[in-house]
Amino acid sequence: MVDQNIDLNGLKLRNPVMTASGTFGFGEEFADFIDLARIGGIVVKGTTLRHREGNPYPRMAETPMGMLNAVGLQNKGVHYFVDNIYPRIMNFDTNILVNVSGSTVKDYVETAEIINGLSHIPGIELNISCPNVKEGGMAFGTTAIGAARVVEAVRKVYKKHLMVKLSPNVTDITEIARAVEASGADSVSMINTLLGMAINAEKRKPELSTVTGGLSGACVKPIALRMVWQTSKAIQIPIVGLGGISNATDAVEFLLAGASAIQVGTANFIDPAITPKIADGVVEYCERHGFSSVRDLIGALETVEQQPSACLTDQECS
Amino acid sequence: MQNFKSFILDLELVETQALNAQYVLMKFHHELPLPAMQPGQFIQVRVDGSPNTYLRRPISINFVDSEKNLLWLLIQLVGDGTKTLAETPVGKNVNMIIPLGNHFSKPEPSDKVLLIGGGVGVAPLLMLGKEINDQGLDVTFLLGARSAKDLLELDEFAKYGDVYTTTEDASTGEKGFVTQHSILNEKAFTKIYSCGPKPMMQAVARYASQKNIECEVSLENSMACGIGACLCCVEDTVDGHVCTCTTGPVFNIKKLKW
Repeated sequence: MVDQNIDLNGLKLRNPVMTASGTFGFGEEFADFIDLARIGGIVVKGTTLRHREGNPYPRMAETPMGMLNAVGLQNKGVHYFVDNIYPRIMNFDTNILVNVSGSTVKDYVETAEIINGLSHIPGIELNISCPNVKEGGMAFGTTAIGAARVVEAVRKVYKKHLMVKLSPNVTDITEIARAVEASGADSVSMINTLLGMAINAEKRKPELSTVTGGLSGACVKPIALRMVWQTSKAIQIPIVGLGGISNATDAVEFLLAGASAIQVGTANFIDPAITPKIADGVVEYCERHGFSSVRDLIGALETVEQQPSACLTDQECS
Repeated sequence: MQNFKSFILDLELVETQALNAQYVLMKFHHELPLPAMQPGQFIQVRVDGSPNTYLRRPISINFVDSEKNLLWLLIQLVGDGTKTLAETPVGKNVNMIIPLGNHFSKPEPSDKVLLIGGGVGVAPLLMLGKEINDQGLDVTFLLGARSAKDLLELDEFAKYGDVYTTTEDASTGEKGFVTQHSILNEKAFTKIYSCGPKPMMQAVARYASQKNIECEVSLENSMACGIGACLCCVEDTVDGHVCTCTTGPVFNIKKLKW
């Protein structure tokens, strides 16, 4: 019997498989397909202080082994969440984390404070990395100072597990991760989507109403894996790895690279029943390789006598 | 509207008919009785073996043959995904999420119904026409296309109602667009259902609101998940941005900002 329990700096997961915000709705959308008790946790759709209509259609473009989205944090606001959605999902038999986003530090703080009062929500994922909103969002997550400012402020009011979702759209993600850790985060999740673009050549027009959008899916996995591996050397708090995870082998790779848990995102669109299969596959991997605990995989990458071939950051290149 | 439970199923392809260079009709069989489906709902098909196809393809339910337990899908060959799907060998399984979305509402017994379709948009109208015909109501189909060869499944539609056609090149039926057909002046309708290219549906919606006729249209916004999770396929409605995959694909035109 493989032990699948993960302790994410106090947040207890029954297995390392979570779902990524914006790809799993509020969990209810997947009730026809999976038993939520089979997964470690779900991160529900990005929530802001006030209602947001999001960006105009079209918001999605398929790309090779992935997709771009420009949803722009469409949501009905935290008060609607508390009054209407929370009562429906509060008794799901899994960890429910709320992804919190904002335009100003004050927005983040107020939203986090409200969610702090919800007894069935053991943590939030602070989204300082959304590439699809004009103000705030990624602006906070792309500088160490900006990231520290919002995390410090939220930490003062938010008493439960504080996970911070990092943007890959930076020169050195480890610098941001260190700032977030120093500001009191309990864990980091990485990576959010990569800023990208798609063009319809026949029409000579962008595919997205916003021109640019966030790239996700299998195509981003090597970048995410590299960033998780780099960051695992830079910080002590646990990392939740995500970016293109589509099967159990992908999940194992993120754990080996140093993630303590993983999130499945875009793959939920292709197979809404994928998450329990990934959890089972990680167990099967452990059995096959003689690991008694999934925790034994965390950071177990064997790199003896193998040095990274490329410089890790621009600074090291110069 | 009632929500229907969705399933992820492998259905066996039993027949593919090339209707013309652009359209194929594919018939799928399942060993167990197919899930309950309503006209207007769609399925999400996984396309295997197409490197450029990452997401599932949303396809309207064309018809359900409950005697033979067959699901019919009318596929327009648009890109690599649909072309690869159309080349699936008979006997092979295709993975589907089935069924999804809302559906056309049932007409009242007193309704005079008109079903207006164009292009691949005629697909959901076949099942709808059969259901309304089964209800004991007269069904009128008005189907438009560029040319005679682009009119699909005419013999099938004829089983459930009167079929009128328009073509842009006058190769069959009346010349012009569906909204110019003389049947609109000859018969009085109280309910219109429409699916087709957006400009056609917008013209139908304008006609229906001028004449004060109840009208439902089925939208084809591009989708990622198909189950209301990603919020990519939104339509701007009087209720704000709503998912076409769950709040739609069928909308009463009063809800749309057309």
